[in-house]
Amino acid sequence: MTTAYATDEMMTIAAARALEGRRTCFVGIGLPSLAANLARATSIPDIVLIYESGTIGSKPPHPPLSIGDGVLAETADTVVSSAEIFNYWLQPGRIDIGFLGAAQVDRFANINTTVIGDYRRPKVRLPGAGGAPEIAASCRETVIVVRHSKRVFVDRLDFVTSVGHGDGPGARERLGLRGAGPTSVITDLGILEPDPESRELMLTRLHPGVDVDRAREATGWPLKVSGRLATTAEPTRAELTALRRLAAGTEERT
Amino acid sequence: MAVTATLAEAVEAGIGDGDSLAMEGFTHLIPHAAAHEVIRQGRRDLTLIRMTPDVIYDQLIGAGCASKLVFSWGGNPGVGSLHRLRDAVEHDWPTPLAIEEHSHAGMVNRYVAGASGLPFAVLRGYSGTDLAEVTDSIAPLTCPFTGERLTAVSALNPDVTVIHAQRADRAGNVQLWGIIGAQKEAALAAKRTIVTVEEVVDELPPHPGSILLPHWVVDWVCEVPGGAAPSYAAGYTERENDFYQAWDAISRDRVAFAEWIDANVKGQP
Repeated sequence: MTTAYATDEMMTIAAARALEGRRTCFVGIGLPSLAANLARATSIPDIVLIYESGTIGSKPPHPPLSIGDGVLAETADTVVSSAEIFNYWLQPGRIDIGFLGAAQVDRFANINTTVIGDYRRPKVRLPGAGGAPEIAASCRETVIVVRHSKRVFVDRLDFVTSVGHGDGPGARERLGLRGAGPTSVITDLGILEPDPESRELMLTRLHPGVDVDRAREATGWPLKVSGRLATTAEPTRAELTALRRLAAGTEERT
Repeated sequence: MAVTATLAEAVEAGIGDGDSLAMEGFTHLIPHAAAHEVIRQGRRDLTLIRMTPDVIYDQLIGAGCASKLVFSWGGNPGVGSLHRLRDAVEHDWPTPLAIEEHSHAGMVNRYVAGASGLPFAVLRGYSGTDLAEVTDSIAPLTCPFTGERLTAVSALNPDVTVIHAQRADRAGNVQLWGIIGAQKEAALAAKRTIVTVEEVVDELPPHPGSILLPHWVVDWVCEVPGGAAPSYAAGYTERENDFYQAWDAISRDRVAFAEWIDANVKGQP
């Protein structure tokens, strides 16, 4: 039997599953933090979570509100300075996987978190880059977690904050970006992965109950669909229970 | 050489109109009380420097103290936008705000260069992004040894850096621990340094993982218990997550913001 669940829960669970086989994860705040902590609470208890506030090996009982909450430092293996976290830990490519959010994503999984509209006269001023450009450049791979809509999945970014697969094949090599870049984009509708040849994002999985038309309608370019399109496995009871416990813990604490 | 002073005295002596001012602290140890004193003393035309502008700079910007912001991530962590920052950038309110924008790695390396007495720092970053197009303090650089294409960022040497720390001794040696962000680099890069502390003690007991700023690189030490609130000082206070969430509604509205500043900053000693 299946349990009722929200599309956001499916997205977070799918993101947590994407961590399987990875030892170290550089975690952004929000959905990525919830997913990374879910992985630690379920299938990968020994995953090392690294936050850009400089905490390495944080083991928070609940995902924190901010990346600098005291609990991240108190439960860490070590806490290092901002200079050290970016220069010694992220830049040399020591970290297996980076988890990122985005305001806009394009077909090559480049992301914008800087502005909507013109840079000098923005319609919406977004928070900006933070650690994302170097996470996108230097982690061995990255996963983007974002809700699927035409507002987010755009034909053309208003600003390139962090590079995914640039303008296509060979772009990362030409730019000197050492990590493999985004290996998947996980949404509340399904999972997109770069085509091995063209590097363009292709729909490879749909979450249960979602059809291809819905994903196409929520994408601002003609979305390619894999010939081997699969369906994501339903959330297990254990995954849902763990996720809800984590989410409730965050709300209680705030 | 560190002088013990009241916060009002230190801000009066250390921070002038038109100065470049860095208030560091990565979500932890943010010197909010010092920022409020800057607002009370009516400083204008400041260049505000900070990796994560956060609520502290939202308040300074909304209060009209700044003409420029140098930063890498301008949000309310875990909550959303900084509405006063957005109003300044999107609508020039209360005054136009120039911006100079980096990534965290770029910003922190600029402080490292400043603290090291170098004109620039090198990193592997910004390649392929639009940040290099819009920010003059980012430039390409070729490694003289390998020929690799890298990125240079110019040094940051603020006129004044303000940080909050757990404690200092009577000579002005400053001890801090927990999430230490870029406080040390920002302090050593600055021409003048103001440190607010939770307490001044006779002797600094050792603490695991703590760093020390010797009294001879600190100009003013001010005892301001709770001076990081709504941020926190590990071992002394907790982060007031409720306030960060409440700030969203306060800061969204120009009138509500002005009333909050009048009641909580200007009306205070």
